[in-house]
Amino acid sequence: MPGDQLIKPDSWSSLKAFTNARIALGRTGTAVPLNESLQFKLAHAEARDAVYSVLDTEGLQDGLQHLKISSYQLHTRARDRMIYLQRPDLGRMLDDASAHALEIDAGDYDIAIIIADGLSATAVNMHAIPLLQLLVPRLIKENISLAPVVLLQQGRVAAGDEIGSLLRAKLSLMLIGERPGLTSPDSMGAYLTYAPQKGFTDERRNCISNIRPEGLQYNAACDKIFYLIKESLRLKLSGIELKDNTMLLHA
Amino acid sequence: MPYKYTIHQHTYTFSDLRTLMARATPFRSGDALAGLAAETYMERVAAQMALADLPVKTFLNEVVIPYENDEITRLIIDSHNGVAFAPIAHFTVGELRDWLLSDEADTHTLSTLSTALTPEMVAAVCKLMRNQDLISVSRKCEVVTRFRNTLGLKGRFSVRLQPNHPTDDPKGVAASIVDGLLYGSGDAVIGINPATDNPAAVNRLLQMLDSLRVKYDIPVQSCVLCHITTTLELIKANAPVDLVFQSIGGTEKTNSSFGVSLSLLAEAYEAGLSLGRGTVGNNLMYFETGQGSSLSANAHEGVDQQTCEARAYAVAAKFNPLLVNSVVGFIGPEYLYDGKQIIRAALEDHFCAKLLGLPMGVDVCYTNHAEADQDDMDNLLTLLGVAGCNFVMGVPGADDIMLNYQSTSFHDALYVRKVLGLRPAPEFEQWLVSQQIMDENGRQLPPGETHKMLMNTVL
Repeated sequence: MPGDQLIKPDSWSSLKAFTNARIALGRTGTAVPLNESLQFKLAHAEARDAVYSVLDTEGLQDGLQHLKISSYQLHTRARDRMIYLQRPDLGRMLDDASAHALEIDAGDYDIAIIIADGLSATAVNMHAIPLLQLLVPRLIKENISLAPVVLLQQGRVAAGDEIGSLLRAKLSLMLIGERPGLTSPDSMGAYLTYAPQKGFTDERRNCISNIRPEGLQYNAACDKIFYLIKESLRLKLSGIELKDNTMLLHA
Repeated sequence: MPYKYTIHQHTYTFSDLRTLMARATPFRSGDALAGLAAETYMERVAAQMALADLPVKTFLNEVVIPYENDEITRLIIDSHNGVAFAPIAHFTVGELRDWLLSDEADTHTLSTLSTALTPEMVAAVCKLMRNQDLISVSRKCEVVTRFRNTLGLKGRFSVRLQPNHPTDDPKGVAASIVDGLLYGSGDAVIGINPATDNPAAVNRLLQMLDSLRVKYDIPVQSCVLCHITTTLELIKANAPVDLVFQSIGGTEKTNSSFGVSLSLLAEAYEAGLSLGRGTVGNNLMYFETGQGSSLSANAHEGVDQQTCEARAYAVAAKFNPLLVNSVVGFIGPEYLYDGKQIIRAALEDHFCAKLLGLPMGVDVCYTNHAEADQDDMDNLLTLLGVAGCNFVMGVPGADDIMLNYQSTSFHDALYVRKVLGLRPAPEFEQWLVSQQIMDENGRQLPPGETHKMLMNTVL
């Protein structure tokens, strides 16, 4: 018997227009049809591969060179992915060699940009350079000085604050791969901290999430980040006291 | 007081009761992250042997978090029922394990123990049990609760319909609700995790849920899982609140980090009761818990994550909840690393909650950075069905597009009902049959009038 006669489609499939949720999948017995089952596995495989993807340091360095920005490669105390996943504390701390390397190059910069793999190196491999291509010229135009960019492996968000502090930057901006969703393996987050210090927690940071072509697009993300950087430097603060009012400005 | 145990001339020492409990816990990443796990396999078994020899009544004299520092410890000690405890007062923890598995400990006997046992006693005995033991004892427990239908009866298996949408779009939410109802889900609750805690937005969802329920006369309850202070505000504004939801943990500090306390929970419980919206009963609280929340909030006080979790059940039990569930795999691999750890933790949580008299369900779930997949969830779902779990989640295609994690689907719930011969809550089952959505054997029927009408509500 051909497969399509075994599958019982759902009569309410027109409701799919209202949500991206996996509704009206149809069934065979009580099971989802094979095609849907494989689509789900494919989405999960993309997310899993993203978790284990590796920071493309060469590609990122090339991209930064085109922007005339030098860069460092640093590493946290989480030696590998398995340790990184189980020990978030180690992913927030630089290893000794990395901390030492930064102390040598400390200077009074306005902003330190860090690109970290986080939970999806794929995300920053794809989106960090296109975003910086928009952002960096705007920063330079405003005479905002940039520290060399740090490429950080096995990094968590809080590591950006230690790096910013060691570089003696007024602001740290971390671009990091977010936890992959089933349909968003390449979502990049941007975290901003004023006067960054080791040990800061979430309430000191501003976050812009879901940066990717299917989510928050580069131009819109760049507008938000640029606005927050300027406001943060002007008001000398970040976190819950710094509101993102870009929507109001555009309204 | 230190506890000691000697194996092959090597004496293992555990500085106090909470340390003994932590070292006796089957390995999980969260206890290692907290620095509480046993360092060797031998040390773990030594701790389990020492724990087995410990008189159960020790837990009434030695607490894991000081009485004066923690309102949950005070709740546990002050509400302990000495009369109900008397028949088991002479047991060691090990003897309690053997007795729980005996035929003597039947459904009725176990139901008399819920106020006799403290969470720490239950956590301790849990650490000595294999997965099979946890399932055997859980299966003997029956915890029945009621609001607009009857949940937890033996032979029944309910589903929380979880129709989340990333922007709380009412039509997007409604589309998932229709899908779930037509797949026989929703008898536990139709419960939305809102994307925002904004009271006006939450109220819009509550109104939509209520009008849908009234229009089709569905014997279910609804809930928008916002912070309890938002719910309180909405109750005062006469919003149609059925269930009062809150995430809770097992230490006072954990609950502070969630912005709640026992007195705030009591206030919200009273406010919920004042609405009198239940038709067949008045259980109206809905709590979510999960191992690792105390460590995540930096509030574990040196207590292992499974014991912290069991202590959260004392909080839940105080408010006669309709539903409690552990969101077991949501927290991530730094607390529960893989499918094995998630499955073990879920069976532990279900066991401990049931012994303490709670209507326990489980969000059978994982995130994409955990070493787990649908096969692990199939295993866990089946085990929980056998263990007599009250309910699981029903998410379209198991993919929550708002919370970005994978849970169980409407299809999964139908699978477990079919293979284990389980049925929906009786009132809801009747509704499904009367609307010609399913037949008496739980088989889906070809689309009829209700299918069309429900679909048109969204269109």
